Amino acid sequence: MPEVLSAPLIVEFPFTRSTGPVIGAFLTGLRERVVLGIRGSDGRVLCPPAEYDPVDAAELSELVRLPDTGTVTAWAWNPHPRPHQPLATPFAWALVRLDGADTALLHVLDAPPPDPDDPRATRTGLRVRIRWAEERSGAITDIACFEPAAEEPQP
Amino acid sequence: MKTAAELLADIPGLAGVEPVTRVTIPARLDYTYTPGGAQSRFLTALTGQRLIGERCPECTRVYIPPRGVCPTCGRATTEQIDLPEVGTVTTFCIVNIAAKGLNIEVPYCYAYVLLDGAHVSLHARIGGVPHDQVHVGQRVRVVWNDRSRLQDKPSLAAISHFTPTGDPDADPETYRRWM
Repeated sequence: MPEVLSAPLIVEFPFTRSTGPVIGAFLTGLRERVVLGIRGSDGRVLCPPAEYDPVDAAELSELVRLPDTGTVTAWAWNPHPRPHQPLATPFAWALVRLDGADTALLHVLDAPPPDPDDPRATRTGLRVRIRWAEERSGAITDIACFEPAAEEPQP
Repeated sequence: MKTAAELLADIPGLAGVEPVTRVTIPARLDYTYTPGGAQSRFLTALTGQRLIGERCPECTRVYIPPRGVCPTCGRATTEQIDLPEVGTVTTFCIVNIAAKGLNIEVPYCYAYVLLDGAHVSLHARIGGVPHDQVHVGQRVRVVWNDRSRLQDKPSLAAISHFTPTGDPDADPETYRRWM
């Protein structure tokens, strides 16, 4: 019996997607270092913004400019990042509710832990700030990641 | 529904900037592919310009490329069969859209070729014939790629394409069960 073979196999689909008016505006904002939410029918601010209200399905159009600071509402630790993930060092996938928003945005949190298997520096309630990417193109990766904000937790 | 530009018109600092309308989001999966014993035998034999199938001990069907097991009977296929370089086109299409990352000039003809003695078809390109003359039942022969170019690395790239033999078409009775 010959040696059993093995080779790299890369399956890649280069999808191009239309962004639509609301996500298009959101990504345009990111390119300009601005995060936009959108006001829902009940007055809540949704970020990331939705084209249609999640409760009554009304078409939404009132964009709201948000600051680049927020609070971690949930997170999951990733001790061994895979190739092509946003950061090469251990990080947390985190839901971040930006100040002024009522919903949370999924992104990456770079809060270096004391050791790679110990996520102690990451916690729910942590105040964080956006680290913008050097080169931005109108994509969610224009936010390089979130990082701990140098301030006291808000009540 | 307003456009992105209209939605941005009221936002300080963003009014009038060129809006994003499209994003390219590649979905990518990185595998280490292990073809297993049967396909390893098949691929290794290709470098020696041999076509090896395997026969099911129960239903006697011959599979190429062999997967090591008969999908109908569930029996291990232990008998290797040397198959000839000639077969019959059982279906084909002309591809007019160039896939990204695939270094093939379009249009090209992609076909199933049922090798004589096999009971499943190989996927292969058909060349050396105008596309409007390719047809089901056509008899074709393998054209090998230059061995020096492959550096003896086992690969399906050992087969360049199939080309018509010029023989009369196969009797449909010889392939209709294996289309």
